[in-house]
Amino acid sequence: MTDKIKITGLWWKLLGFLLLLYAVIYGFIVEIPYLDVTKESLRNVFYHVGMWFGMFAMLATSFIFSLRYLRGFHEKEDIVAVEAVNVGILFGILGLITGMIWAKNTWGAFWVRDPKLDGAAVGMFIYLAYMVLRGSIDDIHKRAKVSAVFNIFAFILWIVFVMVLPRISGSTIHPGQDGAPIMALNLSSSTRVVFYPAMAGWILLGFWIMNLRVRMRKLRMKNEE
Amino acid sequence: MLSMLIKEVKTLIGKDIKLELKQKYVLNGILLYLLSTIFVTYLAFEEVLTTETWNSLFWIILLFVGVNGIGKSFVQESPARYIYYYTIASPQAVVLSKILYNLLLMAILALLSFGMFLLLMGNRLVNLELFLLALLLGSFGLSSILTMVAAIASRASNNFSLMAVLSFPIILPLLLTLMKLSRLALTGSDWSGTAGPLVILLTINFAVIILAYLLFPYLWRD
Repeated sequence: MTDKIKITGLWWKLLGFLLLLYAVIYGFIVEIPYLDVTKESLRNVFYHVGMWFGMFAMLATSFIFSLRYLRGFHEKEDIVAVEAVNVGILFGILGLITGMIWAKNTWGAFWVRDPKLDGAAVGMFIYLAYMVLRGSIDDIHKRAKVSAVFNIFAFILWIVFVMVLPRISGSTIHPGQDGAPIMALNLSSSTRVVFYPAMAGWILLGFWIMNLRVRMRKLRMKNEE
Repeated sequence: MLSMLIKEVKTLIGKDIKLELKQKYVLNGILLYLLSTIFVTYLAFEEVLTTETWNSLFWIILLFVGVNGIGKSFVQESPARYIYYYTIASPQAVVLSKILYNLLLMAILALLSFGMFLLLMGNRLVNLELFLLALLLGSFGLSSILTMVAAIASRASNNFSLMAVLSFPIILPLLLTLMKLSRLALTGSDWSGTAGPLVILLTINFAVIILAYLLFPYLWRD
């Protein structure tokens, strides 16, 4: 047990830090296509979209660890599943805030009716409900098992929602409307130089925060024993 | 193996029907809930009713009725009784029988609320067959998703508020597709444009059944 609590792999944390440092600095310098509506605010794509990438990576991680929990019922896997959701919710809320400020300045309103926004909001509702579900079960094994079942069930239906909705509701003003959960933006090549490293950076940052939270929770549990 | 499963499912559905008929007050409660909700909506929306609102109200009411009617699925009998079922039936048979039983219940409730809508808010349908198909697929989807959520919520305390909190966000893809399909039945008599929503509905139903079949055993064992 102790060797797993140890800090493993400094390199990816360093990589994540450097990628984000690069994205923050070069994101404001790089040449971007100057469009009528977005103007300079297009640079937000490096940060706002990164939140969604981070959130999606966290929720997918949680899904995988819930599956793994049901295979062997190891408590460790449940801890990763719940902390991944915690970080996913954090990224989701940041994504909503950055998106709403951006929307106010480009579309004129904080919230507009749009499949992408609906998908994001529903995702938040699902995972907040997951937290409420966990809170209302006292027995830790039962809590881990029931919430893993809900996590798997809800994640799959959420993916259906995110993929299906843009197709049935037709038009969207949000870019990346090809129906994929992760948007396929038409970025200019100069923007891409920042975009992809930034996305990788946000995902790595998510894993780093999750890693810290998991270790903290394990230590707390060890303390209680 | 399969014939065993079918036999268990049949027996369990028979048990559920008998139980429902014995405790008529539960069924009567749901029926009254349905009728009074539609009546309240009729009074509140009388002045502003359009085809669009007709459609939205119908499905929202059906969702609420479903949440109330199916929410009790795994809490109406004593825990000791469930332990007894655990020893004599497979978990797959239990969940499939509940889904089929709730399908029956939802289909009856859906037809009844359709009748009430016709009576109070008028007939706005152009394509009746398409609407009935939407009702059937909708009953199936609502029944399977809500049965699964009821099983999850039954394992936690404060079951009934959890039922709504857990089911509303995950039922949205189904509900919006149903609204889309029945809007087509309300506005045009041809079947063009229905293939997409129909495929989505069938996919959702199929996925939920598979998930319920695979995941329910983990909820069943303590």
